Amino acid sequence: MAGIISYGVYVPDFRIKADEIARQWGENAEAIKSSLLIEEKSVPDLDEDAATIAVEASRAAIQRAEIDAREIGAIYVGSESHPYAVKPTATIVAAAIGASPSLTAADWEFACKAATASFQAGISLVESGRAKYVLCVGADVSQSAPRDPLEFTAAAGAAAFLMGSSEVIAEIEDFTSFTTDTPDFWRRDLQRFPSHGGRFTGEPAYFRHTKSAAEMLMHKTGLRASDFDFAVFHQPNGKFPLRIAQSLGFRKEQVMPSLTVTRLGNTYSASSLIGFAAVLDVASPGDRILLCSFGSGAGSDAFSIRVTSHIEKMDRTPKVKDLLNSSKYLNYAEYAKHTRKIVALPE
Amino acid sequence: MAMKVSAKFWREQDARYNLEGTRCLNCGSYFFPPRSVCPRCRRKGKIERYRFSGTGRVLTYSVVHQPNACLRSPYIIAIIELDEGVKVLSEVICGEDEIKTDLRVKAVFRKLGEDGEKGIIYYGTKFVPA
Repeated sequence: MAGIISYGVYVPDFRIKADEIARQWGENAEAIKSSLLIEEKSVPDLDEDAATIAVEASRAAIQRAEIDAREIGAIYVGSESHPYAVKPTATIVAAAIGASPSLTAADWEFACKAATASFQAGISLVESGRAKYVLCVGADVSQSAPRDPLEFTAAAGAAAFLMGSSEVIAEIEDFTSFTTDTPDFWRRDLQRFPSHGGRFTGEPAYFRHTKSAAEMLMHKTGLRASDFDFAVFHQPNGKFPLRIAQSLGFRKEQVMPSLTVTRLGNTYSASSLIGFAAVLDVASPGDRILLCSFGSGAGSDAFSIRVTSHIEKMDRTPKVKDLLNSSKYLNYAEYAKHTRKIVALPE
Repeated sequence: MAMKVSAKFWREQDARYNLEGTRCLNCGSYFFPPRSVCPRCRRKGKIERYRFSGTGRVLTYSVVHQPNACLRSPYIIAIIELDEGVKVLSEVICGEDEIKTDLRVKAVFRKLGEDGEKGIIYYGTKFVPA
């Protein structure tokens, strides 16, 4: 069965604490931290963008798999922060990993679930025999307007997954999707920061779509919550994934290994995938994982994934939890410079 | 609207992205940037493309107290001896308190600069402490 043969994660070194953002805007830090379950978030370096962090995660995945990058038949990059509006990030990733020009490459866009949407195409290319390997990447240097509550969570990170049909470490058993036209969160053309519907992003958006996709998957496969060892959800904050897990019948212990948001923040397209990588870091052969993304606009992709014995042969270091350790804390002014929020800065 | 496209940069992309140089199979010399002729072996030389490991050590460095193209200030520019023996000039991304000669470094992929808001973005290799 086709599936994931390797994965790699990249998280920038810099962090800003929720307390520092709250101090800047005169907000109650403790109330925000307990409401969002966020302590701090990652921040890109001055010369990092979605393309550079996608490259770093992809290089890590290829190095672990010990494959020849020239055998990759497709490269897909999902992001909300592609550095170009027109010029694919996937072309930059392809060149920087030493892939062959004889491949198909494209950028994917579906808010925070762009990369899991590319999983479905990637695994299908491998299953049909049209590609030996497919590289699917979720990478974001997430945008948020100054003083928007999003600013407490919008973070930077990337996760890359290689699909193949031999030496598979995690088989993709089945998947489902649930998609509607729901305007919960958007960014209009030429706008620098996204807008959102506040509380509207919860019940009619995140919860409805995540629950529907996960329930459809469980109905289709005949699996119950108790049949999964781990459940991974999109992590816009710490509360949402815990609440949806409970409503689907999952125990907290099934979700906690994937819950990176409290120290990492919401890495948009990479959010559920870095959580998934954190689970693969600790998973054992035979473990079954529910991965369910959410992308505003809105939709969810749910996957049933079974870990194989090949995972034990792979060097799984550095683990995601190691990447979360950083002591390079920024103050708000430095953070504003790193995220180009100081609009009068010269080019 | 037509804008400047750096053909020179595009031609050097493999070297800038992946530290791709050349080596002479006759005498074992490595070259970065890539050479198409071995200056030692001349016509007896056999040149092939070679991707450098990306690890090395700082031979010497300067701390520059002016912002670079990505607004990092101060920033560190160094001559790095790669493990294969060739020397490259590159930025090393670390604090002033971390940089020192013989520091082990590894290659990373970063933005080098851009042609203003509308122009192309230049990517390439920089180094961080290994």
